This record gives sequence, structure tokens and C-alpha cells, in this order.
Amino acid sequence: MNRTRIIDRTGGIFLLAVLAAGVLIPASNLLLPPGNPLHVPDYMIPLLGKYLCYALLAVAVDLVWGYCGVLSLGHGAFFALGGYAMGMYLMRQIGARGVYGNPVLPDFMVFLNYKELPWFWEGFNIFPFAMLMVVLVPGALAFVFGWFAFRSRVTGVYLSIITQAMTFALMLAFFRNDMGFGGNNGLTDFKDILGFPISAPSTRLVLFVLSAVALAAGYVLCRALVTSKYGKVLVAVRDAESRTRFLGYRVENYKLVAWVLSAMLAGVAGALYVPQVGIINPSEFAPAQSIEMVIWVAVGGRGTLVGAALGALIVNAGKTWFTGVLPEAWLFALGALFVLVTLFLPKGVLGLAASLSEKWKARRPSSAPTPSATPAE
Amino acid sequence: MMRLPLPVPQANVSPSTLRTLFLSFLAVLMAGLVASVPARAQSQPDISGIIAKFGNDSYSDTTDAVAALATSGSPQAAAVVEALAAGNLLYDPATKAVFIRTPSGMVDPATGAIVGSAPANLSPVRANNRVRRALDAAAGALTLLNADPAKRLDAAAAVFKSRDAAALPTVEAAIAKETVPAVKAALAQARAAILIGKADAPEPDRRAAIQLIAARGDQESISLLRSLPANSPPALKAAAEAGITKAEESLKFWAVVQNVWYGLSLGSVLLLAAIGLAITFGVMGVINMAHGEMVMLGAYTTFVVQELIRQKAPYLFDWSLTIALPLAFLFTALVGILIERTVIRFLYGRPLETLLATWGVSLILQQAVRSVFGPTNQEVGAPSWMSGAFQIGQLSITYNRLWIICFALIVFFTLLLVLRRTPLGLYVRAVTQNRRMAAAMGIRTGRIDALTFGLGSGIAGIAGVALSQIDNVSPNLGQGYIIDSFMVVVFGGVGNLWGTLVGAFTLGVANKLLEPFAGAVLGKILLLVFIILFIQKRPRGLFALKGRAVES
Repeated sequence: MNRTRIIDRTGGIFLLAVLAAGVLIPASNLLLPPGNPLHVPDYMIPLLGKYLCYALLAVAVDLVWGYCGVLSLGHGAFFALGGYAMGMYLMRQIGARGVYGNPVLPDFMVFLNYKELPWFWEGFNIFPFAMLMVVLVPGALAFVFGWFAFRSRVTGVYLSIITQAMTFALMLAFFRNDMGFGGNNGLTDFKDILGFPISAPSTRLVLFVLSAVALAAGYVLCRALVTSKYGKVLVAVRDAESRTRFLGYRVENYKLVAWVLSAMLAGVAGALYVPQVGIINPSEFAPAQSIEMVIWVAVGGRGTLVGAALGALIVNAGKTWFTGVLPEAWLFALGALFVLVTLFLPKGVLGLAASLSEKWKARRPSSAPTPSATPAE
Repeated sequence: MMRLPLPVPQANVSPSTLRTLFLSFLAVLMAGLVASVPARAQSQPDISGIIAKFGNDSYSDTTDAVAALATSGSPQAAAVVEALAAGNLLYDPATKAVFIRTPSGMVDPATGAIVGSAPANLSPVRANNRVRRALDAAAGALTLLNADPAKRLDAAAAVFKSRDAAALPTVEAAIAKETVPAVKAALAQARAAILIGKADAPEPDRRAAIQLIAARGDQESISLLRSLPANSPPALKAAAEAGITKAEESLKFWAVVQNVWYGLSLGSVLLLAAIGLAITFGVMGVINMAHGEMVMLGAYTTFVVQELIRQKAPYLFDWSLTIALPLAFLFTALVGILIERTVIRFLYGRPLETLLATWGVSLILQQAVRSVFGPTNQEVGAPSWMSGAFQIGQLSITYNRLWIICFALIVFFTLLLVLRRTPLGLYVRAVTQNRRMAAAMGIRTGRIDALTFGLGSGIAGIAGVALSQIDNVSPNLGQGYIIDSFMVVVFGGVGNLWGTLVGAFTLGVANKLLEPFAGAVLGKILLLVFIILFIQKRPRGLFALKGRAVES
């Protein structure tokens, strides 16, 4: 049987690049003097770490959209839930150092006249428990949602719209003060993580390296999944769902596995994002955020995993640059990006690079053309 | 050669026609409430005998005269009482003749005619506290007997509120004279309100009063019945208890009616917002995320039209919405056609990619409007015929909400007619059901696509005109409607306009009925969860299309 290698050439380059970034950027920050042109200043570290979290999130979105045909407009919900789980741990770590000095209750609860900790905040002072929740809460939500939706054969546009309804409903819920998640202010003012001060440069470096490792691990995991036999069936589901079902595969189970795994990865991305950004609030649930994640994947190249991560980096770097230089032009640029990528780059930047390199190879007839796997609608 | 009428039937239904329709509808509604008031036949009673008493300038005579005036029924009585209160009632100590001093000269109190030559040494008729009390009572009584039914109604309501036992004889006198049913009912209620608190009134009267008040069935009647004196006979107390229960039931009923009304109002807003999407998404299959921005552009068109009218022709202000409607339709339809020709036509059959592309378009449109008009809310005024409210039972209905419901329904049915009864509608249905077959029959599908998208966008634009009246006109206006609109269309069933109608009103009413129990936000969350579950059960909505067109 002709098995696809888990780490192909593109993937190898990508992994090397991520790991190199994970080593070289901290090295440059620590070893090079601030005047050196290659020195990465302290403020850049959490910013770059944030991009890596987005890249992991994009890989998660690509797993379901690129390989399973499920266009999720609700991945922001999983990301934010993971972030909230981390945020709850960080809130509990503040302890008596809050403005009101209550040893158990976070500040916003004292402010809102809570008498005791709500039951769902129990246990979040224990780091392993909180980390378990980072994957379990988004995973459980995705399982319940997917179990119903895939079993009822809700597909295509309908599925996209109900995922959007899901994240919108969660946003409304988290905006409520009496939900016990800090209302529209969200969770912030974190002090430390596992005893390390959260805004110290060294902590941020560690978080950055962890994000890079998580991205690499998430990529390898997804790649292993989609190159396995399971992954072949998943692609079959994407391209011809009814036919795959008639061949005897339990389509909904295949989808559910990818869906839940993707949600968990998104949760991990959210958990890494929160300590680096220092805040989590309900606007992360906004449907517009989730749609933006989809465009990262589209820009990079759907169904490639590497492209998704690349797209997240390109778009977010562009956003940072634009909002600094021409703030009012950013939405024009983003909007144009949406339109141009869907019209002219259906395979994204990676697809463009592949077709360019193929043209280049075609001039040198020595190498045999390789058929590229491209997702069909 | 094909003849394709541009989809502008909305422009034919001009708001002036709507207004006529609406006014006649209102007229029917109000006919029972404010029946044309019969002119009260005024036999002019002679009050010169009463007036003469003022000439004596003795407190007791003045008091008697005021009381007599109050029940005389003369049209002059009010003027005399007012003049006395203001110190403008003068008398001639020599001849005892009485005059009223007015800015236009001396007036004869008995007839109201201006007196040519008045004596010079007049002095005002004096008043003490007893006289002033009599004056107050007379003023109230005279308003109850005023020739203007609206004033009488106000006076009755004032007595109902004050429950002043001293006013009882006057109220009874007024009831006996009253001819307008609405005023008579109000007076009877005012009398009942007095009787409930009046322990020395005959018991059968008070029982009848309790029943009358209970029949009102509002918050006021409950507090009135609760105010029944504790020393009242047990039978009366029992009647009052029963009355309170009855009134509370009626209150609950009206609360539900009120919520249903709010729900219909919300439903009409949802319908307006979703109806254009029912075309672009439901009929064409384009996941049009820029739909909300079309609504926003329609609202901004209204704003621009109003600004121009304010500057150039303020007298046209009441017509601003009427003028804005066709302009908003045309403008947004053109923008829609432009989007379709430049972006969407390359993406047919790839619905998820239309989602991304139109989302991009929506970002550009939002930012463009923000750059031109600024990020703040713009002030869009309401024409006079859209402001105000009226009352049915305990239900308060504002004109703008009523208008928007009517408008949403008119737009809906016009659109239905266009799709069912015009050549354009036939072509649209043909192209969406089987594009290649339609092309083989000679329909220029590209053109139909553009026109259909223009139609959907244009309808979103006129929805924007209506929504500018109840929402903030800001670049974010559209964002607030896009998710709701999709929910309505998906819930109702894609490709089915009736589904959109039923979906909009169902979700609107359900939302408002949930609100009292769950609160606004939780109600909305529950509704979203309900829709998510509903889609599991019926993946193609309430009114699913059947047949081959379904499997795409």
C-alpha cells in the first residue's frame, strides 16, 4: 500500500522553521545586545507567541475544514473556552493580592457581591485540573454539538450557520455578569503562573517556546491523522459524503473524531494565548473572530495544515503592521484579502507557491510531476 | 429579444399609498373609540339673576352665586368663575352692575358681549377662603360640564385619580347630562372610584361600583379595590376580593397581549432584515454576509436624503422617508449588482466561498461608510406621521412600530407577487431551479443572476429605510442584523418565502414571550439553542423544499 509519509518535504521545512524560531528567537532576545539589528526586543516576544497560538488555531480549523469539509464558523468558541479555563486558573492564582484582597473570590466576584465561589470555579486553583479542563471543556462541547449535528446529517451551509449560532449564543452568555465569568470585562489582572510572575520576560520566553512546541506537536498530530487510513476516509467524506456512507463507513463517527480533536487543539491554543495577552473576554466569542480564522486558512491554503499556519502568521503580521501604520486601511485590506483570495487564490499562498515551482520544474523535464492533492468543494 | 422589467415594483407602492391605506385602517380602528361627537345642544340658560348676586359683594352671596353657576350649564359660567378667581370680576358699587375685565375691554358676564361704555369707578368682587373653596369645586365641576368632550374626559380622569368625595354630586349631575358614551363611562368610573371609599354610601351602589372598577382590570383598579375601607360590610369585601382576582387575571391577559405585540413588532423587524436575504441566500444560494451592510447603506441613504431636505427644502421633511425609499432601493440594488458582477458570479456553486468573499465585501463597505460619515451614530428624524402612540384597552401602540409591521408585510407580499407573477420572477425561479435548462431555453442567466441579486440587495436597502427609524444609524448597523437574519431564513426553510415570514414572526413572538421569564439575553440564548436543536430535527427548516432542487 502506498502510504503517504507523515512528514513530507513541506512539512519538514515547516517543522524546522517552527523549532528554529523556538530556539533562535529566545536566543537572540537573550544573547544579542539590544542595539544589534537581529535582536528581538522583549515586547515582540508575546506578540510572536500570540501569532504562534493563532497558527495552532488555524491548523485546528484546517483539520475540519480542509480535510473534513466542515466549515466551522464557531472555532472562536473553542479557542475562547480553552482561554477561559486558563484564565480561571490564573484568576485563582491571584489569591489575596487582588484589589479587594479576598483570598478565595476573584475581584469581580467581590464586586458583584458573590458570597462564595460558584461550583464550576472549584478545582481551578490546581494547575493539572485546569489544564485538563482546557482540553475537556471545548472537547465536550464539540462532542455534544457534533454528535447531534453529524448524526442528524446537518451539512454545508446549515452546519456553518449553526456553529455561528453556537458561538454567538456563548458570547451573549459570557457577556452576562451573573454567568460568573466576569461579564464583559472578562478575566484579567493576572499575577503569576505556576509561581512565575506572568509579565516577567523570562516567563514570556518560556510561554513563547511552549507555543512553538505546541504548534509543532499539533501539526505532527494532525498530519499523522490525515495521512493515516482514517485520514483517507476523512478526505473521502469531504469529497463525497453520501458515497462514503454507502460504502459502509460510519461517516458521522469519522467527522466527530476530527471535530472533537480540532476543538481540543483550539482550546490548547486559547490556553497558551491568554497568559501571553493577559486578558480573556467575551469578544473572543464574536462570530467575526471565527470568520477571520477561516480566512487565515484560506489565505495560506486550505487542506494543507502548513498553509493554515502560514496564513495565520501572514494575516496577523499584516494586521499588526497595518494597524500601526494605517489603522483605517486595515479593514479595507482585510476585506480585499477575503475577496481576492477566494477569487484568485483558491489554493492559497501555498498553492500559488506549488504551482509556481511546478512551472519552474516543467522547464527542466528531468523531474517527474507529482499529483497534488487538492480539496474539492 | 427578451424584455426584462427592472425589479422596481417596490417603488410603485409609494408610501403615500401606504399612508392612505394605513390611515383608513386606523380610522376603522378608532371609530369605536372616539365616535364623532354630537354637538351639545345648548339652550342658553339665563344667568343674569345669579350674576346680580356678585354685585352685592357679600361673601355668602358670592359663594352661593359660584355654586349656582357651577350647575347652571351656561357657557359663560367658566369665564365668570375664572374672572373671579383672577380678580377680574368687577362691580359698580353704585348700580351693582357686574363686569369682567378682559384685555379687549369690559365684558358683560351674562352674555359675553363687550360693553361699550363702562363706569369708571369699578372695584373687584372680593373673595375669602370660603369663596375660594367654592371656586375650586366650581372649576372642577365646570370642566366636567365643559362643552369640549376631550376636556370633560380629562376632568373625569382627574376626579377618578383624586377620588374627592366632595365632587360626587357634580359627577352625578354630569353623568345625568352626559351624551358622549366614552365620557359617560369615564364619569361612571370616577363616581365608582369615589363610592368605593365612601363608607356612608348605600351598599348596592358601592357593590355596583366595585364591579365597575373590577371590570377595568388594570393596576389602578387593583389599588382602588385594595383601598376599600376596612370597616366595610363583609359582602362588599368579598366582592372586592373577587374583583381583585378578576382584575389580576385581566392584567395577566393584557401583559401577554402586550408581549405578543412586542413580539410581532420584533418579528416585523426580523422579517424586514431577513427578506432580502431570503432572495440572495434562500433563492440564489449565496451566503451573503454583506446583506447587513446593504441594510446599513439603505439607512445611510435615508440619512443623506434627510440632510439634503433639511438644508434645501425643510417643508418636505414629512416626505423624507417616502423620497428615500425608491432612492435606497435603487442605490443598494446598484451596489448589489456591482458586487454580483465583480465578485459573486465567479463563485456560484461554491456557497462557502461566497461566504468569505461577501464577508470581505462587508468589511470594505463598513469601513467605507466609516471613512465617509465617521464612526458615530447619525441622527435620522421621524416624520410627524410616525411619531406618537395610541391605546387599545391596556395596550399602547406606537405609530412607528405599527408602520413597520405594515411596511414589512407590504414588502413581503410585493416580493411574493414579483416572484410569482412577473416575467422576472419566472426567470428567477427557472434559473435557480435548473440553471442549464433555463439557459437552453434562452434565458440569459447571467443577467438574471445580477437582477436577482440586485432585487435582494434593494429590498435590504428599503429595510434599512424602515430600520433607520428604530435603530442607531451607524456603520455597525448591519452587523446586528446579519446573524438574526440567517437564523430566520434557516429556521423558516431556505428557498421558501413563506417560511421566512412564519420564521420571522415565530422567532419574534417567542423571543418576547420568553423575555419576562428568562430576561432579554437569556431569552435570546435559549432561542439560539432552540434553533440549533431544531436544525438537527429538521435540517432544512420549517418549510423544506421538496424535489430535485433540494439535492445540490
